[in-house]
Amino acid sequence: MTVLPVRKRRRWLPFSPWHFVLAPVALLFGLPLVWLVLSSFMTNAQINRFPPTIIPHSLHLDGYRYVLHNALFPRWFLNSAIVALVVVIGNLVFGILGGYAFARLRFGGSRALLALMLGTLVIPFQITMIPEFLIMKDLGLVDTLGALIVPSLVTPFAVFLFRQFFLSLPREVEEAAWMDGCSRLGTLWHIVVPMARPALGTVSVLTFLATWNDLTWPLIAINNDHNYTLQLGLATFQGQHRTEWSAVMAGNLIAVLPVLIAFLAAQRTFIQSLASSAVKG
Amino acid sequence: MKTQFRVAVVNREPVAQERSSLRRRRYGEAGTAWSYVLPSAVIILGLGIVPMVWSLVLSLQSSDLITPAQWVGLKNYQALSHDPTFRAAVGHTLIYTGLFVPLSIAGGLGLALLLNRRVRLIGLYRTLVFVPFVVSATAQGVLFSFIFDSHFGLANAVLHWFHIPPQGFFSDKNQALYLLVLIALWSGVGFCVVVYLAGLQDIPSELVEAAAIDGAGRAATFRYVVWPALRPMTVFLLVWETLQSLQVFDMVFVTTRGGPLESTTVVVFFVWQQAFEVFNAGYAASAAYVLAFGLLLLSIGIRLVRRGEERKVNR
Repeated sequence: MTVLPVRKRRRWLPFSPWHFVLAPVALLFGLPLVWLVLSSFMTNAQINRFPPTIIPHSLHLDGYRYVLHNALFPRWFLNSAIVALVVVIGNLVFGILGGYAFARLRFGGSRALLALMLGTLVIPFQITMIPEFLIMKDLGLVDTLGALIVPSLVTPFAVFLFRQFFLSLPREVEEAAWMDGCSRLGTLWHIVVPMARPALGTVSVLTFLATWNDLTWPLIAINNDHNYTLQLGLATFQGQHRTEWSAVMAGNLIAVLPVLIAFLAAQRTFIQSLASSAVKG
Repeated sequence: MKTQFRVAVVNREPVAQERSSLRRRRYGEAGTAWSYVLPSAVIILGLGIVPMVWSLVLSLQSSDLITPAQWVGLKNYQALSHDPTFRAAVGHTLIYTGLFVPLSIAGGLGLALLLNRRVRLIGLYRTLVFVPFVVSATAQGVLFSFIFDSHFGLANAVLHWFHIPPQGFFSDKNQALYLLVLIALWSGVGFCVVVYLAGLQDIPSELVEAAAIDGAGRAATFRYVVWPALRPMTVFLLVWETLQSLQVFDMVFVTTRGGPLESTTVVVFFVWQQAFEVFNAGYAASAAYVLAFGLLLLSIGIRLVRRGEERKVNR
């Protein structure tokens, strides 16, 4: 009801002089990405000259062909997708279970345990990364996707976010289901989780973004190029093909596109998640 | 269903039964809770607290991660204080942070004020300002290595139009670090904008209108109404962006690998290099602890300042 009139009014907004400021600013942020897309469809001959071609007369797929045949980009894409998917699901499952226990169940030491888990949020990664590598080595996970998945499978952030969300839900609905003989897991799955959609969205979006975009940990934990993620593969590929910018940009677009699509499709969730995590954090 | 039916027929027995089932559920509560929490606790503490302690031990040892480690006490820390590369890394990190944090916050505030108006296409403008934030540091690094390529890059072509001689950019030791700040601003300002926009939209319009009725101009309204209302956002961004930029690594690795001539070697890059390139793990751990200690002091300092201010407000 309230959305409609606003939309109608917006259509009749008069031209504002602010556009002369807003448009150049927005272009400044958008242009590098436009250049990324454009140059990925150019040939090295079009790029490697001075001054470079700005608007190509013809578009080419040479870069993409090179990337698909002479590098492991499809494999890296698959690796990144597997890792991101498993990590997001892990954070949802363990975050919900842990968050629910901290929000609703009484058990000895729960406060201390929660404080301890939240305390790990402030430990900087460069402190933990060396022993974490050694632990993964002992577990035999180094150089496998498992090394990328296990340490991120659940974060204190996900547990805390779900806990806060569950605390804000009314207890009565759960107690009613409970009295009707629904098991604890059943109540959680059928009653609580469907009510927790905003928290599910926030945890999924932020976990996906962090996992997909990470470079530091894959760089440490992975040696074999068959197990690279897209970010690690891209960084390495660029290092080996310094002048073949067309192929490098094609690979770059492949690495960025999933996040861009996810962002444009769920922009509201992205922005609300980031803004809310900021205010709560 | 069954229980309800029995309640109707017999009076005493179901009450007792209900109690016992409640007791059973209560009794099982702690067990259930632990089974829910255990996976998270094992992963989070096992890969958080354990490595933290391990790292501290490591920082007191000489270790290459392969041969048995030797106890060296505080020698690693002593060596760090004389290591010119480490001192330079600390300096670079502080320059980077000192530039990035105020610029991103000021830029974010300015852009948020600019974008907080109802004009056509405002959604598009906001999207464009924010979109770089979701692009990974790796992809940014690769893209800007290309744009700032000293031979074929777009940046030198643009300078050429304005008859400015070509620059070395990432290959110039006097420019590389500042270029990293610039790129970090391109992608990082969007986050500040999102946080400030959320804050601006929470300011009740009555407040701003009341100020206008009282004769406050735009500057006065900002100074006395908007800026105080945005205070929590500013404090959050100050803390968050400082922690992030003191730990910058990915983009340095992709663009310059600490070069040219170590001009962009930041602390985390130094740690990574010592641990995984030179295999000087004990030394790397001590460098990481120096940075962590700095972060700790910083957060304690911020907490004290905040508490002091709260007291002032309460008085």
